[in-house]
Amino acid sequence: MNWDAAIPLLVVASSLLPGLVIFTLAEERVYLRTFLNLAGAVIKLGLVVWMIWGVYHQHHYEIRLALLPNLDLVLRAGPLALLFVTLSSLLWLVTTVYAVGYLEGSPHRSRFFGFFSLCVTSTVGVALAGNLITFLLFYELLTLSTYPLVVHRGTEEARRAGRSYLVYTMFGGGLLLLATVWLYTLTGTLEFTPQGFVQQVLATHRPALIVIFALFIAGLGVKAALVPLHGWLPKAMVAPAPVSALLHAVAVVKAGAFGIVRIVYDVFGVEAAAHLGVINPLAWLAAFTILYGSVRALSQNDLKRRLAFSTVSQVSYITLGVAIIGPIASIGGIVHLVHQGLMKITLFFCAGNLAETLGIHKISEMHGVGRRMPWTMTAFTIGAFGMIGAPPVAGFVSKWYLGLGALQAGQGWVVIVLALSSLLNAMYFLPILHAAWFRAPPDHWPAEHDFGHKETAWALLLPPVITAVIAVAVGLLASAPFSPLDWARLIAQREFYQP
Amino acid sequence: MSAMLPALQTIPWAIVLILLPLVAGMLCFLWPRLAPTLGMATASINVLAVAALAWQLHFRFHGSYRHAVGGWGAPLGIDLYADGLSLLLLLATALVGLGVSLYAVGYFRPEQARRFWPIWLLLLGALHALFFAADIFNLYVTLELVGLAAVALASLNGDGPAVSGAMRYLLATLLGSLSYLLGVALLYHAYGTVDIALLAARVDSTPVTWAALGLMVTGLLLKTALFPLHFWLPPAHASAPAPVDLLGLLGMAAILWGSVQALRQPRLKLLIAYSTVAQLGYLFLAFPLARTGISVWRAALYLLLSHALAKAAMFMTAGNLLRFGHHDRIADLDRVVQRLPITAGAFALAGVSIMGLPPSGGFIGKWLLLEAALSQGRWDIVGIILVGGLLAAAYVFKVMGHAFTQAGVTHEAHRVPRTMEWTALSLAFAAILLGFVAVPLLHLINTGAVAVGFEVSG
Repeated sequence: MNWDAAIPLLVVASSLLPGLVIFTLAEERVYLRTFLNLAGAVIKLGLVVWMIWGVYHQHHYEIRLALLPNLDLVLRAGPLALLFVTLSSLLWLVTTVYAVGYLEGSPHRSRFFGFFSLCVTSTVGVALAGNLITFLLFYELLTLSTYPLVVHRGTEEARRAGRSYLVYTMFGGGLLLLATVWLYTLTGTLEFTPQGFVQQVLATHRPALIVIFALFIAGLGVKAALVPLHGWLPKAMVAPAPVSALLHAVAVVKAGAFGIVRIVYDVFGVEAAAHLGVINPLAWLAAFTILYGSVRALSQNDLKRRLAFSTVSQVSYITLGVAIIGPIASIGGIVHLVHQGLMKITLFFCAGNLAETLGIHKISEMHGVGRRMPWTMTAFTIGAFGMIGAPPVAGFVSKWYLGLGALQAGQGWVVIVLALSSLLNAMYFLPILHAAWFRAPPDHWPAEHDFGHKETAWALLLPPVITAVIAVAVGLLASAPFSPLDWARLIAQREFYQP
Repeated sequence: MSAMLPALQTIPWAIVLILLPLVAGMLCFLWPRLAPTLGMATASINVLAVAALAWQLHFRFHGSYRHAVGGWGAPLGIDLYADGLSLLLLLATALVGLGVSLYAVGYFRPEQARRFWPIWLLLLGALHALFFAADIFNLYVTLELVGLAAVALASLNGDGPAVSGAMRYLLATLLGSLSYLLGVALLYHAYGTVDIALLAARVDSTPVTWAALGLMVTGLLLKTALFPLHFWLPPAHASAPAPVDLLGLLGMAAILWGSVQALRQPRLKLLIAYSTVAQLGYLFLAFPLARTGISVWRAALYLLLSHALAKAAMFMTAGNLLRFGHHDRIADLDRVVQRLPITAGAFALAGVSIMGLPPSGGFIGKWLLLEAALSQGRWDIVGIILVGGLLAAAYVFKVMGHAFTQAGVTHEAHRVPRTMEWTALSLAFAAILLGFVAVPLLHLINTGAVAVGFEVSG
């Protein structure tokens, strides 16, 4: 028995099986459900750490199952896959703790945590997918498993948001399917390969490949929230806070961005993409999205909506890094996959805490909230500074590498975009921080819950504090071995230098 | 045990599969009180018999076999023919049949059950005979049997609308039979045989063939049973593409019209029925795509199988909801859907296959169909397949959305028998599972197919 092959499967199963069991549990079996959730999350994280150790020692983790003649389902743990799978496993564990605290006493929890587990199952599947058809399978599964989470509240507004989410993602899924089958009829393979697998048909099918690339970007751009395909994201803010955290930092948006990285690096390859002339338009689109998201964020008074538009902007850093040809910008883009996740999940946790503890949903209600909830707002402040790009928080590292990479690639205009974006980030985050810390609190909060002398429940407070600490740590220790930056270097190396 | 194996090898399972349901059906008629037991036993034995037939085909006949009934071979007697394709269809029928039988035990009141079981077993027997038919006249006879049994089942309710609906179906199917029979006569006149394998070797692209084809297609269309046609479609049909393209157009129209109609229905059962129209449309798309050597029939068959499982599951969920809430108005379904989580789950899983999303049998079929369409540059068909998938998603989620409203209670005492819920879920799950067994099943479809001119490339 080759245990190495079984581990990727176990990583997927460690959330799938608990999820399926949770569906069958009665509503009141809180302890068993929580135990299953946490056990699955801890086992998954343990397996992932095991794989990181193994990959470092030249182990090869891959499992195949024949899906169609000549087409396999493949789960494989390469460096890029590991980066994403580590992020989602870690954040899943934290988010589970948060969700248990957040949903305490609310209805439909078995259903919620069942789909929650399926959602993470799909995400690690997306991460570990070794070819396009496996990617497609888990990508669509992700759509199906997040829809129930988006509409979880069951209000008319939630259902509207769910419909909008479905329309966008189903449309994107259709384009993705078309692009995948089309590419398969040209190349006869769908296996992710460093530096791509389209070289053989590059000369003969140039126009088709350009259209296929555009279809891929449009299909993935829905989840990655590239303008003009971002419309569902702000609407989906009606979902409970742990779902927003998951959507923005771990699962959906990230899966889209991750897909774009895969398409550019492991399907087309940067060289082929540059040769086709599609890489620069992608960079422009990403840059436009970055600025557009930030500008829209400025005018939002609803805290979660402001954060949503901030995501639209921030996730496109990943796309931008990928679309600038050169190893340093790539490192910046790839590492931002992790950094953005850590910072954004912190911000959403904090927004959820404000809503649950004090009933605060709007930025105009946040005056003096720092005195009432100092720990939460400290975590929020770290996240916000990270988004602005202030050292030593992780976001600084991403922006540094992006800027440096752009200069190295001779694309000076990107630096201007980055500077503008940072300015805009500061413009929409700093007023929040100022109000929270320096303005006087109101006489009473919109809807205050009593948590004794604590500022809020432990399960709500610990997750943002932990993720904020990690966001600072990965920034401070960026050049240490096994840091996200270190892995991003390894990945960029594989893409840009022959092995 | 080892002494039993040769005995199992020599039993003509084809005959067993045809006679057993017929005899059991008659017994049900004579002893109505035993009917559910007899019916369940038959449905279970069917599954075992199909498995035994598979085993026999593989080890003894190495692919395909012909059984001359009563020792009279063709052209005088009746031949039964079995290969990988018949096996697959039999397997699907056996599984869905077992599911429907289980479901029926819970569903029917005693006085309805008395009428249901004999007809249902007759239908199973007729379907088995249909899949064993080796000549186009036998196809006619068995299709007629299937049609008559189906008409009787449709009028089981005995009330006004049921009878008038059944009557309409009866007229259509009789007209279809006539048209089909005329086609058979033309072919027999031209080539002197009705045997499918012989016809496949003899037909060529003459006006008579096309006239016969037109008549038979029209006939089968009226019966909405299209699949036996591909056996003997002239390989030379590139020389006369018009009818084949016409079928493709018909398929596209069916997908669009069926899906849009499904989306517009206020009642769940009607939604599912119109979805069937759309799903049958996909099968028609195989005709224009079959022109080159790529085996697009495998795609159509895969879609057919997944659809059979998924749609059976969907109709069962509709039955459950109807039983629980005494209505199937989609707009008022929320209070019902949420109290039957297993039924809701079954509908969702079946929906995944109907939408053609991975992982499911429907996805595999859609993938193969898209692959064929793209490699032939048939963009019209590509577009229709994608739009059809989106429309399917729209009508599936139109129903599923009701599982997520703010209706208070989620679990209630089961007023729907558990078997009815679990049968639906099992069939839906089987449709999902089909997405993972494509390699062996596609291999099975090709087994022994050369003998009847079935395209095996690709």
